[in-house]
Amino acid sequence: MKAWLVHHLHSLRIALRRFQSAPLASLFTVLVIGVAVALPAGLYMLLDNLDRAAGGITPQAEITVFLKREADADRGQALARELQARADVASARFVSKQEGIDKLVAAGLSDITAGLPDNPLPHAVVVTPRDTSPAALQALGEHLAQSEGAERVLMDTEWIKRLSALMDLGRDLVFMLSVLLGLALAAITANTIRLQIYAQRDEIEVARLIGATDRFVRRPFLYFGGIQGLAGGLTGGALVALGSRLLERSVEQVATAYGAEFVLSGIDLPTLLALLALSTALGWLGAYFSVGQALRQVEQG
Amino acid sequence: MIELSGVTKRYPGGHEALSDVNLTIGQGELVFLTGHSGAGKSTLLKLVAAIERPTTGNIIVNSQNVGRLKRAALPFFRRNIGLIFQDHKLLYDRSVFDNVLLPLHIQGFTGHDAAKRVRAALDKVSLLKKEKVRPITLSGGEQQRLCIARAIVSRPALVLADEPTANLDEAYARDIMDMFRAFNEVGVTLIISTHDQSLITRYGGRTVHLAYGKLVQ
Ligand SMILES: Nc1ncnc2c1ncn2[C@@H]1O[C@H](COP(=O)(O)OP(=O)(O)O)[C@@H](O)[C@H]1O
Ligand SMILES: [Mg+2]
Repeated sequence: MKAWLVHHLHSLRIALRRFQSAPLASLFTVLVIGVAVALPAGLYMLLDNLDRAAGGITPQAEITVFLKREADADRGQALARELQARADVASARFVSKQEGIDKLVAAGLSDITAGLPDNPLPHAVVVTPRDTSPAALQALGEHLAQSEGAERVLMDTEWIKRLSALMDLGRDLVFMLSVLLGLALAAITANTIRLQIYAQRDEIEVARLIGATDRFVRRPFLYFGGIQGLAGGLTGGALVALGSRLLERSVEQVATAYGAEFVLSGIDLPTLLALLALSTALGWLGAYFSVGQALRQVEQG
Repeated sequence: MIELSGVTKRYPGGHEALSDVNLTIGQGELVFLTGHSGAGKSTLLKLVAAIERPTTGNIIVNSQNVGRLKRAALPFFRRNIGLIFQDHKLLYDRSVFDNVLLPLHIQGFTGHDAAKRVRAALDKVSLLKKEKVRPITLSGGEQQRLCIARAIVSRPALVLADEPTANLDEAYARDIMDMFRAFNEVGVTLIISTHDQSLITRYGGRTVHLAYGKLVQ
């Protein structure tokens, strides 16, 4: 147990010494890994924020049900009560044709309304849905269109569908980018390790000749790869944090311009930890494959 | 302890370095392996240490069939053998002490006990005063002695030395041969390859002669 610990500490020391012996090259590699980590992580963070921003707006999605001309106010009020009772409806409010005209007048369109001989507006029921996912809206919309006295259903929800589709696309993009850049990270590590192995090939050969196991040879490189991945992950996290700090002000300005209050949030701790674990694991994996390949080559002479 | 039967080694490219070699070496023997340059001395030692595999034939060392050893078993097999290479294979980026420590380290010995054994080995080859220097600053004879220290530090029962006295002057060569004799006297089996006939006549012992890859009786 103690010998085992001493061994690991020794391997760790060797790995750290290798960083020290080429500080500039190590720094660049870590920076490259950092960028590879920051790209998907940053995009993920932006999506997360967008999701939150969209979430703040969507409850205001409204569906207006215009009633048939022959339907009277009683029918409209009954429908509003009926709909109010539904589980997927947050609120349903009856808007009479008179109220409709009043709204237009209030909106400064009295010139138009004054010229009308008769009130052309139908009665209406304005429904606020509880669930704003496109599928739920679709279902509710279909139900509304079939309810008694309904003439036409106006759903101001196209943009929600579009946004939702865009978010899905964004998530797919983050996933693809993560896979690609994860591979890049492992490849970068494998390459730096390959160069190191080349510099250490005498040592590897001698160690093998006098009875070193693969594990013994591999361990310092694994530490190196893992540490490099971890450092890259930290750099990536720092880059994202820096980026969000830079964006913070402009996001605030945009939000204020729209009369909204919105604070950009950075990566949360669990996400950051997952990020670090992943970049460490990928660095370790890159090293593992690289050393495995080198060991087989040494054996062949 | 070592038994070669019908061993042939053909290198990629078709060159036959050893042809149908049959040889038995008992525990505690001191054997000189002689022959012209290119006779196959190094090849024979490499086969015994499982650094190369025979093309045909069997090599039994400590009742293990060396040619059939799995890759994972090789390290543990080699730990029983002290190897002294023709080209030294020292690590020049670390101290004399650390070079000798490496085999112990590989076998999991660390700390105080390991340091004691390293110093004992360095003492045997009279390099104790140079433990902190880099091998590059050592003379040819000293580098050879460092190789010996590294080979014996883990107290192997079998030592294979490939031309350990080549490029050394008389006095140095005699030093090293005396060392080997001392190891042999405490029971270590040694196979020493050399093409220095005068050395053999002085020290006697069993001689195995190779010529063009064949044993000559
Ligand atoms: N790795 C190798 N590949 C091809 N031929 C080799 C290799 N090693 C040795 N040989 C050839 O095998 C023959 C025996 O070599 P070696 O065992 O080194 O002889 P010695 O040690 O007696 O000088 C030589 O002709 C040499 O050129
Ligand atoms: Mg030779």
